[in-house]
Order: sequence, then structure tokens, then C-alpha cells
Amino acid sequence: MHIPDGYLSPATCAALYAASAPFWYVALRRLKRLLATKLIPLLSVFAAFSFVVMMFNLPLPGGTTGHAVGVSIASIVLGPWASILAISIALFIQAVFFGDGGITSFGANCFNMAIAGSLVAWLTYRAISGKCAIVSRRRVFAAGIAGYLSINVAALLTGIELGIQPMLFRDASGAPLYAPYPLKIAVPAMMAGHLTIAGLAELILSAGLVAWLQRSHPSLLRATAPGAASTEAEAGGFGWLAIRPLLAGLAVLMLITPLGILAVGSAWGEWSPHDFADAAARRQIAAVSANQALPAGVPQGIERLSSVWTAPVPSYAPPFLRSSSFGYLLSAAFGSGLILLAALVADWVFTARRRSG
Amino acid sequence: MRPNRVIAGSIHGFLRVLEHTLESEELARRAGLLQSLDPRVKLLGFLGLIVAAAASRRLEIIGAVFALAFVLAVCSRVPLRTLVIRIWAAAFAFTGLIALPALFLTPGRPIGRLPALGWAVTAQGLRGAVYLISRVETTATLSMLLVLCTPWTHVLKALRVLRVPVVLVVILGMTYRYILLMIGTAEEMFESRRSRMVGRLEAKEARRLAIATAGVLLSKTMQLSGDVYMAMQARGFRGEAYVLDEFEMRPRDWSWLALFLALGAAAIWVGH
Repeated sequence: MHIPDGYLSPATCAALYAASAPFWYVALRRLKRLLATKLIPLLSVFAAFSFVVMMFNLPLPGGTTGHAVGVSIASIVLGPWASILAISIALFIQAVFFGDGGITSFGANCFNMAIAGSLVAWLTYRAISGKCAIVSRRRVFAAGIAGYLSINVAALLTGIELGIQPMLFRDASGAPLYAPYPLKIAVPAMMAGHLTIAGLAELILSAGLVAWLQRSHPSLLRATAPGAASTEAEAGGFGWLAIRPLLAGLAVLMLITPLGILAVGSAWGEWSPHDFADAAARRQIAAVSANQALPAGVPQGIERLSSVWTAPVPSYAPPFLRSSSFGYLLSAAFGSGLILLAALVADWVFTARRRSG
Repeated sequence: MRPNRVIAGSIHGFLRVLEHTLESEELARRAGLLQSLDPRVKLLGFLGLIVAAAASRRLEIIGAVFALAFVLAVCSRVPLRTLVIRIWAAAFAFTGLIALPALFLTPGRPIGRLPALGWAVTAQGLRGAVYLISRVETTATLSMLLVLCTPWTHVLKALRVLRVPVVLVVILGMTYRYILLMIGTAEEMFESRRSRMVGRLEAKEARRLAIATAGVLLSKTMQLSGDVYMAMQARGFRGEAYVLDEFEMRPRDWSWLALFLALGAAAIWVGH
């Protein structure tokens, strides 16, 4: 994740320094105003904590170990602006004194991890936790998801930055001057490790630390949770009211699902056996696949496996409905309802287990 | 008893940082070429050379900057072992592994085939891999030489020449100190747990231990922040940060700065 010097062109590095500068400026101004004289000790000590926690070997399910960045816990405890500065400072010390990450690519590393990571972590944590109680399980869940998403967004940005290098910078012979892999290799290569090991490490650290703080130092979770009740009882059970904005957003998304009908053809890679048999569909597939030659017939694997499972509502259109738009809406409501039901059941099971334990 | 990977791995990481820090401080005190130069000259000069190595489109220019870095290291009495193990091997192990598939995946003119597997190595892939590795080795050598031959407090103060705000220089200085303090604290926590352990921790238990240690460290962090703030106030701190500027440029420093910048500019110009 820490991009060393030499992987990005100076132009990319300059652009990412320029992109990071306004965030650093705003963060420093906001914190100076809010913290005044407390700014220096708080940021120094928390940056040191972030640095040290990045060195922890976290055991992951499956027998492997991973390192977390700690960006999510910094956002949860300090808020996004202080987190941006604290993580940037930790990254600077890593780059300059310990050679972990480059000096020219410092702006890029800060943009990916400190800035995008902090903002994604904070927004995710606030959106999911809402105003639920400080000791609520939902905060642990929110922290875990915030950690997982923040590290994966940072990895995605890193993959994109590395992946655009061979598109933009080659020598006269066509050899890539910097990171050599195009987007189609760089992005999956970055994401593979982060969707699994690194994402899991961040999820475990964030969720674990929030659970630990709930038991030992709940006051540390208060700074970014204004108005949150101290106990579950004060917050009033599951707290549907607290996630009202999320539910409203979900309803809007459901209402606009018929927009999907506007897209023509099949999504790339989601072809059915019929598409391979249809001449027009074959032309479309070839056109969006860099004109690669298609197999003459339907690939045997697709033909065999496509009949293993038949969806009850194929193509989001129940057969008994005439309107495909209404079919989309109904499918969205049914799918979201199932997910919410699963969340309710999981919450009920966890709460019952906690009460009995 | 088999040492647990969580505890042993973390302790190993902490000790390695402390070892590198002590080695850097020892090297920075030695009498050598780079050690004798003004930190601002090294910061600006090396920044220029790093940008030149990153911007160059010609391998021979990157090679020349690398050779210059090597000569500077030898003149500054940096042991070859430190260069090889701490910088070159570490950079090669990471970047070499990343660059290796580029030999086969980069489209271009085939220049050979891998025995047994038959994969074609392309000229463009080979050149791209050499670009990446040579650039990484050169820039890593330069950036590590800067910290190996300059006390860290001087590196931080030299940042003022780049117009870094005083408050950030002070924060960076304090962060560095507290990193060493917290590494010591974390190492002691893991060590005390290891000394009380018989057998091997289950993965779940090891996870719980790592989280609890991080949690305690976080609590100590917040407490320390309050204590440091009180101590700063007790000493009269009112929010204004100052950095003593004891550096003085001598004619020799100006000459070296001019040389570094001229070489960097020449490398960028010829390299394009």
C-alpha cells in the first residue's frame, strides 16, 4: 500500500501533492481553531500511536497474519480532520526515517490512506452507527465496515494510480517508465490482497478496538458521536430512528432501480448461453472485449453450469408481471427486505446471546 | 515452547525499528563527507537528485545518479553491509518480485523464452523492469543516506527551508520521540505476556491479545497527550511553537548545494 519512490511519475506525484494540499490546509486550520494549544501534543502522540499500531502483527482467520493501517480507529476517536493529519505525520516518519513509502510519492500515499481512508472511514462509521448508544453492538459493526471499506478504497486508489502509469508514461521503445502494469492488472492485484488479508486486518483492528473501548474507555468514543446515548436502554432498542437517513437513501435507490432497464445488452462477463448463440449479441460481446475472437459455439462450462441453478425471479422480472419497471422495483424491495430481515435476525441472535452470557 | 507469531513478529518489528534508529544515530555522528554538510544542503540536494532519478527517461542517467549516491555513501563511511542489507536487498526483494511478471506480461518484441514454461520475455518488459528496479534502488539509497548521515532533529529543522510550518516541524519532532517511547511500551507489554505464557496461543486468543494491547496503548496515548499538554503548559506554552535555527551555511556548503542542484538539473535535462 505504501508506494515507494520510482513507481509513480513526477507528474502524478505533483498532482497528488496538489490534491492533498487543500485537505492538509483545511485540517490544520480547523484543528487549530478547535484544539488551540492542545493540537501539538494530541497530534504528536496520536501519530506515534498510529505508527506503532501499524507494526502490530494481527492474526487473521485462516492462519495468516496481517498489518493494519489504523486509519479507521484514528477517524473514530479523533474525527476525520485530526485523523488526516495524524496519519499523514505517521506516513511522513515512515517514509523519511524508515524508508517505508517514498518521498516523491508521499503526497500519493497521504491522499490514498490518510485523506481518502479517513473520510471514507468516518462517513461509513457515522452512517452506520447513527445515534445509537455508545455501547451498542452496531458501533462495533460500523467500525469494522469502516475499517474494511477505508483500506479498500485506499487500495483501489493506489491501484488506479499505479495502473495509469503505463498508459501515460512510456519510452521511445514502448517500455513502461514507471509502474509497469495496466489498470486491468494493477487494480485486481492491489484489491486481491486488500479485499482479503489487509482489509480483514483493518476490520479486526477497528471493530476489536471499538469493542475494547466500549468496555474500558467509552468516553473516547464520544468525540465523534455527539448526542449518542450512553446505554442501549437510553437509545431505545434497535434504534430504527437512528438509521432513518440510511433507510431513506435505500428507498430512493429502490425507486430508481428501473433506470437499469435503460442499459442495453448484457453486463460484461454476465453473458448467458443464449448470448453466445445470438449473432447480434456476439457482435456486442466482441466489440466490448477489444475484438477478441469468441469461441465458435457456447462454451461447454457455461452451458453445463448455467442449468445447475435456475433463479426464481430471472433478470429481476417476475414472469407474472407485464411491466418490467415494476418488476425491477419489486425485486429491489424483495432483495433489500431479505437483507434487512437477515440483519434483524442477526441482531436478535447477538442480543439474546449477550443477555444470556 | 514455540514462540507465537503475533507476539514474536510484533516484538521483532519493534526491535528492528529501535536497531535501525540506533544505527542511524551512530552513523550520523561519524566523521564523513555528508555528515559535515549543512542539513539543508543535504535535504535540498538529495531532493533534487531524487526528482532527477524519478524523472529521467534514460537508464544510464539513473545509473549515474545511483553511482553518485554510492560514492557519497563510501565518502560518508556508511558500511557496505548497511547499504546492501538495509537498502538494496530490501528494495530489490520487494520491487524485484513486483517487476518480475512484467518481463512476460508487457507486450512487445520477444527476446527469449523461459526454459520449461516457454513464456516469452519481451524487450519492453525487460526494459520496464530495469527502469523500475533501478529507479527504486537509486531513490531508496538517496533517501536513506539523508537520514543515515543526519541527526533526525536536524532533518526536521531543515524542513523549514521548504516552508513547512513551524507547528508541523514541532509535531514531527515530538512524534518521533513518542514513537520510540511507545515502541518501548508496546514491546514491554508483549514481552511481559510472553514471559507468562506456556504453550501456544490459539488464533482467537492471540487476536484478543493484540487488540487489548492496542487498546491499552490507545488509552495510554490519550492519557499521555493530556500529560504532555499539562507539562507544556507548566513550562509556559501558550500555543506558539518555535524552532531554534542554529544552522549556518559556509562557502563549502554553498558549493555542495550548487553541485547537487546542478547535477540534478543536468540529469533531468539529459535524461529527457
